[in-house]
Amino acid sequence: MTQRLEIEVVGRRTFLIGAGASLAMAAFLADLPALAQEPVRSIDEALKKVLGDTKPTESGITLEIPEIAENGNTVPFTLAVDSPMTDASHVKAVHVFASGNPQVGVASYNFTPASGKASVSSRMRLARTQDVVVVAELSDGKFLLGKRNVKVTIGGCGG
Amino acid sequence: MSAAKPRIRIPEKAKVGEVIEIKTLVQHVMETGNRKTADGKVVPRNIINTFTAKFNGVEFFKADVSPGISANPYLAFFMKVPGPGEFEFTWIDDAGVKIDQKMPLAIG
Repeated sequence: MTQRLEIEVVGRRTFLIGAGASLAMAAFLADLPALAQEPVRSIDEALKKVLGDTKPTESGITLEIPEIAENGNTVPFTLAVDSPMTDASHVKAVHVFASGNPQVGVASYNFTPASGKASVSSRMRLARTQDVVVVAELSDGKFLLGKRNVKVTIGGCGG
Repeated sequence: MSAAKPRIRIPEKAKVGEVIEIKTLVQHVMETGNRKTADGKVVPRNIINTFTAKFNGVEFFKADVSPGISANPYLAFFMKVPGPGEFEFTWIDDAGVKIDQKMPLAIG
């Protein structure tokens, strides 16, 4: 009788552990989108994600950004990609990376022929002196790459 | 997020086929998730992660944003005017707060 009770207890405990595990699994699954957004920490990894095995052409991108940024918390930039922006030939997306930030991704911009011009202005945070890298994804599957070095006096990113 | 009204600047009047610049500015702390308080706790990330711009319901520009974008994000971009209509600009942050702003475009 005692023996049987103990088996039952163990059985119940095993069940609870199992239930706990599936709860943890459910939480893990719920976290999957967050995992997919796990920040990329190196510029090589970030570029590989966008480019795959394609080699970008280093031309066609204009990146206006200060050579020396006194305040890394807000560094203004304007980027523009040479493109007729027609249905046949346009820029699909532009990805901006800050190679020396804790998370190298800054922003990705998606365009359509209705954008008229593949150009964006915004302000970024730069943690320290580093290269800012811009990659444009064209409608024909080709990629362009542009790069500028920015010297940062006071770092941003709350670091 | 403060529900402050975003500031948007578009040309007063535009011609069909013209490429116009749209300038937007919205107030947001853009908390990176890297910062710690004095007692060592990580301040949870809260940034505007997505911005979309539509004209007459058609999306013509979208930004996927990382913590690398500064607080109170400024964003300027372009559109080729297809005709008269209405813009719809949407900002969404990590907390799920959504700011939606509509604005007509005058042709002339």
